[in-house]
Amino acid sequence: MLCDICHKREATIHVTEIINNEVQEIHVCEECAEKKGMVTKQNFGLAGFLGGLADFGFTSEEEAVNEVELKCPGCGLTLTDFKKIGRLGCDRCYETFQKALLPLLRKIHGTAQHSGKMPAGTGKELENESDLGRLERELKRAIEEEEFEEAAKIRDKIRDLKEKNKREKKDEA
Amino acid sequence: MKLDDLLKQTNEWLKETGPECEIVMSSRVRYARNLKGIPFSHWAGTKQRKKVLSIIEPVLLRNSCLKNSLFLKMDEVNAVDKQFLVERHLISRELASGNSSKAVNISEKEIFSLMINEEDHLRSQVMQSGFNLNEAFRLIEKLDLELEKSFDFAYDRRWGYLTACPTNVGTGMRASVMLHLPALVMTKRVRRILESITKLNLAVRGLYGEGSEAAGNFFQISNQVTLGRSERELIDGITRIIKQIINYEQKARDFLFEDSKKQLEDKIFRAYGILTNARIISSKETIDLLSLARLGINLNILPGINIKTVNELFILIQPAHIQKIEGRVLDIEERDFKRAQLVRKKLKA
Ligand SMILES: [Zn+2]
Ligand SMILES: [Zn+2]
Repeated sequence: MLCDICHKREATIHVTEIINNEVQEIHVCEECAEKKGMVTKQNFGLAGFLGGLADFGFTSEEEAVNEVELKCPGCGLTLTDFKKIGRLGCDRCYETFQKALLPLLRKIHGTAQHSGKMPAGTGKELENESDLGRLERELKRAIEEEEFEEAAKIRDKIRDLKEKNKREKKDEA
Repeated sequence: MKLDDLLKQTNEWLKETGPECEIVMSSRVRYARNLKGIPFSHWAGTKQRKKVLSIIEPVLLRNSCLKNSLFLKMDEVNAVDKQFLVERHLISRELASGNSSKAVNISEKEIFSLMINEEDHLRSQVMQSGFNLNEAFRLIEKLDLELEKSFDFAYDRRWGYLTACPTNVGTGMRASVMLHLPALVMTKRVRRILESITKLNLAVRGLYGEGSEAAGNFFQISNQVTLGRSERELIDGITRIIKQIINYEQKARDFLFEDSKKQLEDKIFRAYGILTNARIISSKETIDLLSLARLGINLNILPGINIKTVNELFILIQPAHIQKIEGRVLDIEERDFKRAQLVRKKLKA
């Protein structure tokens, strides 16, 4: 089974999350678990935590769920904090709590896709190679959500960007 | 400019100069913004909030939209003055209370007000008289474009401008209009109309304080959705609905004037009678009576009174304003006495 986040490495950690009273299974690799700040209250790494389960006398899966919580690496806010105060802690929280946020944003705004203004200069970002990954993520999401018109637009952008990168590489050589 | 100078001037948006100002008191557009990589103000530590203030303050001081502004650090403002700023719609209750490093920048004519370290790092608002969301929008865009040159705002292509509360994310924009709807209240149609509005993704609040009942027949209507639509679309959407409500209120006023003119005149003159004769009066009663007087002026029932005076009184009769005018702290009894005195003086002038 591949990791739900990077889709590259083998998922070795299996976490059950409860979001809006819905149980969700997440399968991630160790590296992504670290990055997402899935650490225990005792501040062990997740892998360490799971490995040490027996030592701490945790047996049921339910107890494990209570101990593993998503925490924002940018500000330390946990999902429980968010549910309690109804506010996010920093700009990185949006990425961290994506899974819980998307249904919430759709409920509040009817959508989860911005279409207002962007800071001047943001358009140029697109020309950057690092944006290819983001575009591919966007494409995947658009297809999953059956937003095919949007998907077609993103696919065009990806094609343009790839061609542009090719040209630039040729120029360098 | 100093804080006490505000007392000597009338807020620009009360001057009754804007379009449709008989029914629309004022229009406001607010943008919420945060700096990249620093926790949002409500969650940030003391040091981080200090840092936010130290980054934003110098930029505002040299911004061309904000010349001759009043810059106030909330730690240095006393309780009455804080309340005074809330009453003038220049700061939120949230900014007036709680933790340190909060500040506000108020432009010369009180058109711009920028709050630092409210729940977001920066909340800018523009106020306009009457129904003028377009002008408020133009001005805040001008300000935002300039601020953008100095700040790296937290932004994501998918979610737009990132804010502490998910209800503000995207455009970070809240456009609101303050409506005076006495005829819809009297004809008992306001509830149904406002209920239908909440189904159109707009929010309705009473004028004086969140959640509290609308005093003086004032209602504030604003966009609920901030994500998934452009700023322009949101402004146009709320504009369309407000135009309809103005139309309903106008029709209700015409109906009252034709169908029950005597009763309407009686109500308005009684209100005027109390306002110009009372010796002790609470703010709630004053606001309700001023609301009738305002309607009376608009319908030419009450001649010889300037509507600007009435608009201004809605602000001046509030507790902190009464105390600022008197120059000392007053208890409730003293305030009710001084308030009656002030209203008589202003209306007879
Ligand atoms: Zn992974
Ligand atoms: Zn965070």
